[in-house]
Amino acid sequence: MNPFSSSTRLRDMIRSIRACKTAAEERGVVRKECADIRASINENDPHDRHRNLAKLMFIHMLGYPTHFGQMECLKLIASPGFPEKRIGYLGLMLLLDERQEVLMLVTNSLKQDLNHTNQYVVGLALCALGNICSAEMARDLAPEVERLIQFRDPNIRKKAALCSTRIVRKVPDLAENFINAASSLLKEKHHGVLITGVQLCYELCTINDEALEFFRKKCTEGLIKTLRDITNSAYQPEYDVAGITDPFLHIRLLKLLRVLGHGDADASDLMTDILAQVATKTESNKNAGNAVLYECVETIMAIEDTSSLRVLAINILGRFLSNRDNNIRYVALNMLMKAIAFDDQAVQRHRVTILECVKDPDASIRKRALELVSLLVNENNVKQLTKELIDYLEISDEDFKEDLSAKICSIVEKFSPEKIWYIDQMLKVLSEAGKFVKDDVWHALIVVISNASELHGYTVRALYKAVLTYSEQETLVRVAIWCIGEYGDLLVNNVGMLGIEDPITVTECDAVDVVEDAITRHNSDMTTKAMALVALLKLSSRCPSISERIKDVILKQKGSLLLEMQQRAIEFNSIVERHKNIRWSSLVERMPVLDEATFNVRRAGSLPASVSTMAKPSVSIPNGVAAAPLVDLLDLDSDDILAAPSSSSGADFLQDLLGVDLGSSSAQSGATPTPKAGTDLLLDILSIGTPSPAQNSTSAIDLLSTADMNNNSSTALDTLSSSAPPHIATTASAGGMFDLLDGLSPSPSKEATNGPAYPPIVAYESSSLKIEFTFSKPTGNPQTTNVEATFINISPNTFTDFVFQAAVPKFLQLHLDPASSNALPANGGKVTQNLRVTNSQHGKKSLVMRMRIGYKVNGKDVLEEGQINNFPRGL
Amino acid sequence: RSEKRTQKALEGKMGIRFILMVNKQGQTRLAQYYEWLTLEQRRALEGEIVRKCLARNDQQCSFVEHRNYKIVYRRYASLFFMVGVDDDENELAILEFIHLLVETMDKHFGNVCELDIMFHLEKAHFMLEEMVMNGCIVETSKANILSPIQLMDKAH
Repeated sequence: MNPFSSSTRLRDMIRSIRACKTAAEERGVVRKECADIRASINENDPHDRHRNLAKLMFIHMLGYPTHFGQMECLKLIASPGFPEKRIGYLGLMLLLDERQEVLMLVTNSLKQDLNHTNQYVVGLALCALGNICSAEMARDLAPEVERLIQFRDPNIRKKAALCSTRIVRKVPDLAENFINAASSLLKEKHHGVLITGVQLCYELCTINDEALEFFRKKCTEGLIKTLRDITNSAYQPEYDVAGITDPFLHIRLLKLLRVLGHGDADASDLMTDILAQVATKTESNKNAGNAVLYECVETIMAIEDTSSLRVLAINILGRFLSNRDNNIRYVALNMLMKAIAFDDQAVQRHRVTILECVKDPDASIRKRALELVSLLVNENNVKQLTKELIDYLEISDEDFKEDLSAKICSIVEKFSPEKIWYIDQMLKVLSEAGKFVKDDVWHALIVVISNASELHGYTVRALYKAVLTYSEQETLVRVAIWCIGEYGDLLVNNVGMLGIEDPITVTECDAVDVVEDAITRHNSDMTTKAMALVALLKLSSRCPSISERIKDVILKQKGSLLLEMQQRAIEFNSIVERHKNIRWSSLVERMPVLDEATFNVRRAGSLPASVSTMAKPSVSIPNGVAAAPLVDLLDLDSDDILAAPSSSSGADFLQDLLGVDLGSSSAQSGATPTPKAGTDLLLDILSIGTPSPAQNSTSAIDLLSTADMNNNSSTALDTLSSSAPPHIATTASAGGMFDLLDGLSPSPSKEATNGPAYPPIVAYESSSLKIEFTFSKPTGNPQTTNVEATFINISPNTFTDFVFQAAVPKFLQLHLDPASSNALPANGGKVTQNLRVTNSQHGKKSLVMRMRIGYKVNGKDVLEEGQINNFPRGL
Repeated sequence: RSEKRTQKALEGKMGIRFILMVNKQGQTRLAQYYEWLTLEQRRALEGEIVRKCLARNDQQCSFVEHRNYKIVYRRYASLFFMVGVDDDENELAILEFIHLLVETMDKHFGNVCELDIMFHLEKAHFMLEEMVMNGCIVETSKANILSPIQLMDKAH
């Protein structure tokens, strides 16, 4: 090396890095070294290159950036000496990847080195190519590699073979060029060449069907003979591992036989004897032998049915499973998961042992066993297995509870024979591991409870008892307070007692205690607290005797630091205050039964909405209708399932769940033929026994002001907590309040005159824009509805570049005509646009639509969005 | 498109995906990846794996599942050998491979230790190169693995 070089020796650098006490110190040393290396690179002294690169490799291993050394690799590779080339290629493999442009520059050097007279240089080039070659390099250099497969030295042949596996993987089209060369490798005696040759054949079989056929026909017998030879071979010290000759080669051969035997009875037949021999004769007291047995079992299970062999395989697995070595038990569990596909009964016999493994102290074994158990569950054993798992849930480690409870929930949901059993099991899981349970799971539980009307009383009592003991389990508390809100009267009066229940005495105060606890507990999160407020509101109507106390609790929350809580408290309080005399209890009626089908669809993640069928997404429709992709409209829900829009207007489960009980009572009240579709909370209130027009309007104004505040606060919420689910509910309720005023004025008269025709609706209204929809049906086509949308500018500013976009669920088709103009004059300027909606589920589902409106005010872009679900029924 | 899919499926199945040697303090002493990860990804991955493996005791099995890898690891004195493989790789065979690697290094260094690897990082890599290419085992004979390295040493 250059004695005049200023840089430190590699050894010294490693020593000083080792001596570092802190990460910061290490960074300092590395920074200094890197600076030296850069300087040295700039001096361009060829003697320093080797050392610089060695240092860079060390620095790279420590996890620091080393890209500036890339060109040095290329220079070293291009130099004539072997040691330089060697370190250059090593650097290339460590520091570069196939995506970098630098790699293009190395192809030429590689080509030269593949043709080098020194076979060690050829070996270096093959190794580098095998590790990093890209598709382009593979195409360029495949002929060289193909030729090298027949090189005289076996050490080159083996490297060329593995290099070829990378080439055919990168460029599958090249596979057929290698088939003949690969089959010749299978006849070799050199283990290195054999193992790589077998690997190449395996690779070719998986990417090329012709190759598979070829090897199956020509090579199966040869491979069987090779396997027999090494199985029976005399002791070879160089390859012997615990009495087995080259277990690695054994395993490779068994893997290739597996591919050849799979799906081909003749080939499978040929290999029966040798597989039986390996399965019975291999020593199983050492790891090497077990590795071979393990591979052999896998091959037996994959090839075509030879039942005597399968008995052998299952027996081996049984032996593995009862082994005391945890490694062996782990692979046994792994294999049983595959075995279940062809012999469920045999695996079921080990159920008890597998269940024991779920309780193993070793997390890896527990995880495997749990996976396996969930595959073992069927209708017959679900009750017993679930009981075992739940019993274990009580005593399991905290960090295993999440996995375990998720598995139990999915088993219970999938195989539950009856609702009461499902509810019981879920309650147990929530009690033991409620804080680990995911949202969709407890949402699903609420949906099931809502549908099991005969179990409402039983469930609310069971939940009440559970929550007294397990009040720290957040999701249990949520489900409990939801049920207490809904079915509190059943709790207090012991309604709907089942034979298996012991009667309990719960006073109204006790019920409120539980809910109040949830609000005041410091670690309750906002969703829980918000749900608790709703529950209280509902309770106060169910149990008038405690309404004063509830009012106090609600009032306290007016000072909450959580905006959502404060807002709800104020709203609920004003509802309680002002509307006592208009039978407001119907506002907080029990929830209608939640639609299971809708929930399941949504839970499965299939978004209900799809893009409307625009004729062409042409760019220059007069007002630029929907030039932007409509999919954008749906962005909101793709991320956050809680924010997902409802697909059918009636059962917007989450809004209902988290928000006020919107739009539930119109069906019962029966006072108006208003569309049940939506969120017209206040319309309902007012329609129920409105005493006088005067009172009517004042309350409406009151509510309008609340609604205004709502709007502001919800935008504030937007910025505060983008993920807060209740926010959606609030905006929806705000929208509902707006609907009231518009719904009020035109509807009575028009409904009277129009008879069977559909009343117009106000689809949307904000402080600056109002949208009205009028409907008509073309004769003879009940599925189609023509909608005339009128956009009214109610602000004092002119709107320009007005664009209306809409999206509908899959069962609807939407066609938008161009709008009459793209500008709306201030103070009442109007634009109309015709929409045609075709409802493929006419009569079953109502229309629903999401929309987005964009326009410019004084050159500034404004965007408004909303969901329209107050369409008249039957469209 | 189907070609792309097979490509993807194949790239997911390359046997050995990385080999790490880590000391008891969790410091990486050798890292060889057979797939491309960025610097940040490597650091994060190594940190997570080391934390998981070092927390386990001797009675527990030698396999840890992490993300879409299976880590097969074995401890020799103060050094952990960790090999990341695909899900369908034979775990027991990988354990045997680790042992072969250690025996090979022992044969060369004479009872290999952390410092041997630190100060002879390139040599350790050259040995690995002779044993594994592109995630597959090339050679299982210690003599064959070491002969090119010994040849080089003699030349110097």
